[in-house]
Amino acid sequence: MGFDPSYQDRKFNAVGTRPKRPDGIDKVTGRARYGADFNMPGQLVARVLRSPHAHARITSIDTSRAEALKGVKAVVTAADMPDLTGGKRSAFAILSNCMARDKVFYDGHAVAAVAAIDARTARAALKLIDVTYDVLPHVVDVDAAMAADAPLLHDNVFTRGVDPRPETSSNVAARSEFGHGDVAAGFAAAEVVVERTYKTEQTHQGYIEPHACVASVNPDGTAELWVCTQGHFVFRQTCADLLGMDVSKLRVTSSEIGGGFGGKTHVWAEPVALALSRKAGRPVKLVMSRDEVFRASGPTSATSIDVRIGATSDGRITAADATLRYSSGPWADAWAETGAMTSFACYDLENVRTVGLEVLVNRPKSAAYRAPSAPMAAFAVESAVDELATRLGMDPVEFRIRNAASEGTRSSYGPVYGPIGIGPTLEAAQAHAHMQAPLGENQGRGMACGFWFNFGGQTCTDLNVNADGTVTLAVGTVDVGGARASLSLVAAEELGIAYDRVKAVVADTATLGYNDMTDGSRGTFSSSMATISAARNAIRVMRERAAMTWGIPVEDVVWEDGHARARTPGQGNQSLSIKDIAAKSGNTGGPIAGHSELVADGAGVSFATHICDVEVDPETGATRVVRYTVIQDAGKAVHPDYVEGQYQGGAAQGIGWALNEEYIYGADGRLQNPGFLDYRVPVCSDLPMIDTQILEIPNPNHPYGVRGVGETSIVPPLAAVANAVSNAAGVRLAHIPMSPPRILAALDQKG
Amino acid sequence: MVEVGLWGALIPLAGNQPRVQVEARDIRELLRKLVEAHPGLQEPFDEGVAVVIDGTVYRDDWSRTLPDGAEVFVMRRLAGG
Repeated sequence: MGFDPSYQDRKFNAVGTRPKRPDGIDKVTGRARYGADFNMPGQLVARVLRSPHAHARITSIDTSRAEALKGVKAVVTAADMPDLTGGKRSAFAILSNCMARDKVFYDGHAVAAVAAIDARTARAALKLIDVTYDVLPHVVDVDAAMAADAPLLHDNVFTRGVDPRPETSSNVAARSEFGHGDVAAGFAAAEVVVERTYKTEQTHQGYIEPHACVASVNPDGTAELWVCTQGHFVFRQTCADLLGMDVSKLRVTSSEIGGGFGGKTHVWAEPVALALSRKAGRPVKLVMSRDEVFRASGPTSATSIDVRIGATSDGRITAADATLRYSSGPWADAWAETGAMTSFACYDLENVRTVGLEVLVNRPKSAAYRAPSAPMAAFAVESAVDELATRLGMDPVEFRIRNAASEGTRSSYGPVYGPIGIGPTLEAAQAHAHMQAPLGENQGRGMACGFWFNFGGQTCTDLNVNADGTVTLAVGTVDVGGARASLSLVAAEELGIAYDRVKAVVADTATLGYNDMTDGSRGTFSSSMATISAARNAIRVMRERAAMTWGIPVEDVVWEDGHARARTPGQGNQSLSIKDIAAKSGNTGGPIAGHSELVADGAGVSFATHICDVEVDPETGATRVVRYTVIQDAGKAVHPDYVEGQYQGGAAQGIGWALNEEYIYGADGRLQNPGFLDYRVPVCSDLPMIDTQILEIPNPNHPYGVRGVGETSIVPPLAAVANAVSNAAGVRLAHIPMSPPRILAALDQKG
Repeated sequence: MVEVGLWGALIPLAGNQPRVQVEARDIRELLRKLVEAHPGLQEPFDEGVAVVIDGTVYRDDWSRTLPDGAEVFVMRRLAGG
């Protein structure tokens, strides 16, 4: 790729400042176009028929009455979406989730879809689709699904990762194990051992914007999709694979995004909209309702986790063991495996073992949710670590510092760490004024650490220098948290021009080469690397144009502060600004552009430490967060406002997860609270000002030292809040969310 | 020759060895030789794999060289949010 991503220590002019975001005015004035804001002439309206049962065999579907209704232009079922996945397990799971095949696996599972001239007709048509079900026993609880007599979702699932292969099928789809040392010997050497089982309930990412798209398939097989997504290139590939289309013939444009947090890295209804448009021969708009988002997009796993940790009386952990059971929905994934990898990643452990079990249940297909799987594992482990510190009579921060991983530590998931930042975040917490602040009556303080991997990935960027010297930056990573502002700062920094001379846009899939999606905290990390590379390529072109103008070798032209400057003796102090060079570009070789395609590997692992104060009302069991502090390493904060925003947003989501949010199923296996009234996410009045402290320890694998910051901030809050509530209530809370009834029950049990 | 650690789910597919010796110059050669020695690894590799070299995760850059004495670990290609 010809680009050296190594860190170069430099002084910044633009990077690190806080200009206004370019998409801000559109968003606050309502002009920004989200998924549901796009319309086409002649478009049809889609509605989806969903299963009312948690588990049932579909014995027949008769769509003839719906198809006969005036105004109905297409009805699709699984028969219109044949299996083209070639035996690839993960692709077949996506296809089966988008449209049920022989069975429905959860309340809300799509069974058929209609495209009609208006919403009223589409709704009426759904009532005319006759589906007969053979209702089957269901199971929604992760522990109940593992029982020997539990209803089986599939009779052909034999636990992978067990040797020899089990002879009977079960709901445990896979087992994975990590660790090193001799755990039994470690516990034998321990003087104090803490052992407890923890549970977390299923939560949704809670993005404000529901899934929405417009699909338009032409008779010649070309198609367009306008969609709210975290990764339009990935959506293009997935939809083309599922529907048997050529990738080049499907053009996908991403809209503004009203939150994703991992939930918009997966397709849900987009292939259905394309199938409807293909059948109807007209554009089709499909917008999910909030009810559908809860019931039929992807929440995170519910979990049940056993943790056992032993230590010597001087505060050194001798052994750690955890078994993590994660619900996966109806199809296997690697959520428990990821939890097992992250659970003890903050610590330097001689003897450690973690086991992950992927458990199938009659709930929606689990999806990524911001540092997927790590928050629940951190809740269990950091709760046990806190309890152990208390039992040892040690300060919880000091206990963690004593056991923290550092460069050279073999991580609990296998590799040996390079330079890492857990120690500095803990030391910053120890020194932070928050740790010394007095607490009031019924108040408690908790802290916790968190780990996430962070990823990079395939990235392609174009930088065009316009005739007036302004710059258009086309990126392929969706802007979920201020990336257009950050990437404009990077282009301005590299070119030596003002921030407002750069306009960043998210280009569609026909305009740029492939980009991985915005996940894994990679958006700014990866696209800033590609932007630097593209800018340097454009600078090389501009030096050549200046050299041509002056008739000197290009080696004698340097680029400084947005100007090409001659360095040949006798040439005086000649210089040409980017504006001068751009104005003459038509006569010096044509348009000026810099292109970059690269793989942004080397993101580096990430750590955070959070401190939380809460007040628990002993009468009602209600909890109020009174103070919260986030400390995290950003490598280099390109736009500090949006780094702080990520820290605050992760903490806010984690607080909601810890205290209120929960999927509640009835005995019939149907979701009882698919709306924001009964599934309560925190609002501003529920939260204190969340303080942030940005540490800047440069990432050696990025020219500016940047690390991803989007996900790690949601890892510690569940544990930090639980530790605070447990300290305030005087009893250990081991079940998330710590809703008022659970806190009252714990207080009653304490007496 | 590098010593390569394997993630938990791979160990049963590699003769129950948590660490294996491989003669490889870069990630591409490493993965190819692992599959040659243990064909059962092909399926999990097709589902997605990453290689950690001295603590840094590489998910895509298969041309990355394996320095002498490097700490190498093969793990699942994980999803982010």
